[in-house]
Amino acid sequence: MEQRGQGWTQERIVFALAVVLFIVAALGLRGFADPNNLIAIVRSVSVLGILALGMAVVIIGRGIDLSQVSVMAMSGAWYLQMLNDGRPEGMALLTVLAFVVFIGLANGFLVAYGDVPPIFATLASGAVVYGLVRSQFIGSETVPLPPGHWLEALGRMRLVTVPVEVFLFAGASLLIFLFLRYTTWGRYTYLMGDNFQAARTIGIPVRPMNLLRYVISALLAFAAGLLTASNLFSINTRVITSTLLYDIILVVVIGGIGLSGGKGGVRNVVGGALLIGIMLNAMTILDISNIYQNLIKAIILLAAIIIDSLMNPRDEQTAQQGDI
Amino acid sequence: MTLRETLQRWRYNFIPDHLLGEILTKRWADNAIPFLAMVATVAGFGLAIPGFFKPSSLVESTRQLGEFTIVVIGLSVVMLAGGIDLSVGSIFALAAFAAVSTFFIFGLPVWVALLSALAVGALFGAFNGYLVGYLRLRAFLTTLVTLVIGRALYDILVINFAAAVQQSDVSSPIWDFIGDGQFMGLSMAVIIALVLAVIAHVALTRSRPGWHILAVGGSRRSAHNSGIRVRETVFMSYVVSGLCAGLAGFLIACRLSGAGPGTGLNLEMLAITAAVVGGNSLGGGRGSIAKAVMGAIIVMMMNNSLIRLGFGTGTNQMVLGLMLAAAVTLDIRWLKNRHKVLNEVYVAPVHVRLPETPSALPGSGSSFALNNVLSKADAIGLGELEGPEDVILDRDDHLYCGTRHGEIVRFFAPDYRRSEVFAHTGGFPLGLAFAQDGTLLSCVGAMGLYAISPRGEVRQLSAETNRSYRSIVDDARLRDPNDLDVAPDGRIFFTDSTTRYDAHDWTLDSIENRPTGRLLVHDPKTGITRTLLDNYRYTNGVCLAHDGKSVLFAESWACRVHRYWLEGPKAGTAECLIDGMPGYPDNINRASDGTYWMAWLGMRTPSFDLSLRHPSFRKHMTRRLPNDEWLFPNINTGGVVKFDEQGTIIQTMGDLTGVSHPMVTSMREHKGHLFIGGILNNRIGRFKIEGADPNWTGMSSYWGSRS
Repeated sequence: MEQRGQGWTQERIVFALAVVLFIVAALGLRGFADPNNLIAIVRSVSVLGILALGMAVVIIGRGIDLSQVSVMAMSGAWYLQMLNDGRPEGMALLTVLAFVVFIGLANGFLVAYGDVPPIFATLASGAVVYGLVRSQFIGSETVPLPPGHWLEALGRMRLVTVPVEVFLFAGASLLIFLFLRYTTWGRYTYLMGDNFQAARTIGIPVRPMNLLRYVISALLAFAAGLLTASNLFSINTRVITSTLLYDIILVVVIGGIGLSGGKGGVRNVVGGALLIGIMLNAMTILDISNIYQNLIKAIILLAAIIIDSLMNPRDEQTAQQGDI
Repeated sequence: MTLRETLQRWRYNFIPDHLLGEILTKRWADNAIPFLAMVATVAGFGLAIPGFFKPSSLVESTRQLGEFTIVVIGLSVVMLAGGIDLSVGSIFALAAFAAVSTFFIFGLPVWVALLSALAVGALFGAFNGYLVGYLRLRAFLTTLVTLVIGRALYDILVINFAAAVQQSDVSSPIWDFIGDGQFMGLSMAVIIALVLAVIAHVALTRSRPGWHILAVGGSRRSAHNSGIRVRETVFMSYVVSGLCAGLAGFLIACRLSGAGPGTGLNLEMLAITAAVVGGNSLGGGRGSIAKAVMGAIIVMMMNNSLIRLGFGTGTNQMVLGLMLAAAVTLDIRWLKNRHKVLNEVYVAPVHVRLPETPSALPGSGSSFALNNVLSKADAIGLGELEGPEDVILDRDDHLYCGTRHGEIVRFFAPDYRRSEVFAHTGGFPLGLAFAQDGTLLSCVGAMGLYAISPRGEVRQLSAETNRSYRSIVDDARLRDPNDLDVAPDGRIFFTDSTTRYDAHDWTLDSIENRPTGRLLVHDPKTGITRTLLDNYRYTNGVCLAHDGKSVLFAESWACRVHRYWLEGPKAGTAECLIDGMPGYPDNINRASDGTYWMAWLGMRTPSFDLSLRHPSFRKHMTRRLPNDEWLFPNINTGGVVKFDEQGTIIQTMGDLTGVSHPMVTSMREHKGHLFIGGILNNRIGRFKIEGADPNWTGMSSYWGSRS
């Protein structure tokens, strides 16, 4: 029997791959090892990483949140729009926060109380969030950040030459780590992902926990949206149609968090995010155009899912009917 | 009758409440909501958009609908098999590009372009099918990724080759006809979609591969365990989906004569919404092509109308998302709670007022007065038997009875201590009768009419009768065949007690008291079963009259006995022989003195008689109380009644101790003894009848002495 902490777990493979890739890129690619580039890597990864943290919390408890990118872009855009319209800061923030929490609750409600498969619940809610905000609340595809806003300052902020969002990613990681490791509901999340029926039978409050997980995911998405705004000084809602969503799933799956739930943790997200960050950056330096990058990423994700299913095989006799 | 009771009678007897429950048991009832949604959508938006219903406008707006429907049909096949295919949008785009490039760049004929589009679709579908079917990946994520891969490939192809397509000057009348032409006022896309829908419907509902798809979607594990090649079936469903998307891609290629970056974008979201809104279940097994087509019409109508009505960007996504969420939630909640709804509405009692009856109290002096004779009967098979509903004796005096375990047990003459399992029927054998050649005939509960040869071989004679046109439930199936008798010409007359409930739910039938019992006849010569009489309250025992010119049958819940004429001036009609009995009649059999024995399975009680006059009380009782607290006919006290050809009661016997024969369902006279059976009893009773012919047997009465 394999002992804990021994052998080639997926997590270690990923970490080793990240190291190897880093060394190869550093030696082979001009400008990769440049400090500015390294900062860019971590920076590019921090938004993705924060999103992936939320996704991880949902996936560990057996679920998935496809509305994340939509929530990120649309909550951010609506917030900026309200600021541009001259609404007071506090009111705008509170309104959007309430909206985001509501979306998380709605996702959780559909999944927990409506028995809707998470995939469909969040696919639908993502479309609704985009459609609602796009058609009702914001005027154009791209919403700029009003000049002189604190987000602008946040985006420029450096702590010992390192952009502040790296620290934010670290902070979010720590919080999620503490949640998953030291809180009762965090520990329960693993039980719930491992065997939902058993968790429910022994009296774990699976339904309220579902609500909480989707709210966490939505809040992290909003945070990622604010961070994007602070980086780019605007929010482009076209990000919805980009492959960002697949990148998030890629980070989580490649990091070693099984899609059937119950496995993995914050370490896996950080590892996966670093690997993907290095890979994307290397491809950009190699001047691979965006559409080819998409193809490569998708193929890697497919490979990751295949490996995931080989390492966490589904049992024909116990697999839940309708679990697609 | 008071005014209140009269009003109740009108309310419960003339408003057909039971139809709602019967409709809900039908699978086609699931189509009602999507159908209404479709009508509302088409009518609503059609009226909101000026000129929508003009033929020229319809041809153009349905062209896109045709392509879309084809995609949704393919996706529905995958969903019926329990999967999902998000990559249809990419397949659609890639197939369109394949067709366009074959035609415009390589200048090949149209049919080659069609083949290339189909080949691309089939290949991509096979790729999905391999991943999901054979490698057993998660369908949603896998096809999400292949969607991205396909899209990336398409974007690369379009960037590199779109210019070459634009510069081409190839043209073909066939290509243009497929894209722009119309045939009998319909565009090619619509015609192809209709043909495909018919083919897919027939294939799914009438062919082996189609059944396999539904079986795999319905329960993957059961399908696997029953030997269906699950992986291959799943694989094929994705190939079908790919082919459909490929075909649709070819059609849009013809229509647009080009392929742009927007081709097939977000098609998967539209298609999934359509399939689900139409009523196809996520997770498979439930759904149909009709639902797919309805869903496609709803979604396409909604989508295009919102654009034409000038709603802003994003409105479409919002509406689609809301529709998807609502449809999925409704579907899942409905699937989960359907049986609860059915329980709520299925039982629909009617008002019945039974006539006043003479007292059956011991010593009351009426002809129905019970005594304690049956308690003195000798017990046969005490403790060995469970549920001898009917008993019968053959020419060699051996005794036969059915048991709850699905067996027919034979007790050997003369002392009936030894027994053997004569035959195993698999159902609960109820009524028994001997044919002339010694074949034992039986109404096997919930199964049908069966024949058991003297060597114990069981054979089904009939399990269905003619379907009546007015019934919503399938009344061709025999649900509760109960008792039978044989005419001299070999025809078998038997009863089917109810068409609304299965045999074990007889209490519900008694509480509802709706007349659905039937008298049927089966002719062994032709093998055909027909319904003779309908609309009786639980038809039960059957007995051919001594002269063979009529059939007597019992109507349990109405406490009546009827005579159905086989010959004479009233042939083919029925008349009531005995009305207003104090007990619920069960089997009827011949007696040696030219009269008849009739079993009472239980006695009427004033409380239940009163409840029959209060249908709303009984309705609420079945909905609000657990079933062991229901009020239903008393079956703890029964008896045996003797009556003559005119229906005059001659004698009544009972068991006041309630130990030996509380409930009597059958009795047979044989050589001066009466053998008594009870469906809930643990024995057969036997006692000597005073003054009976000691040589009379049922076999000789029916078929004469042994030749």
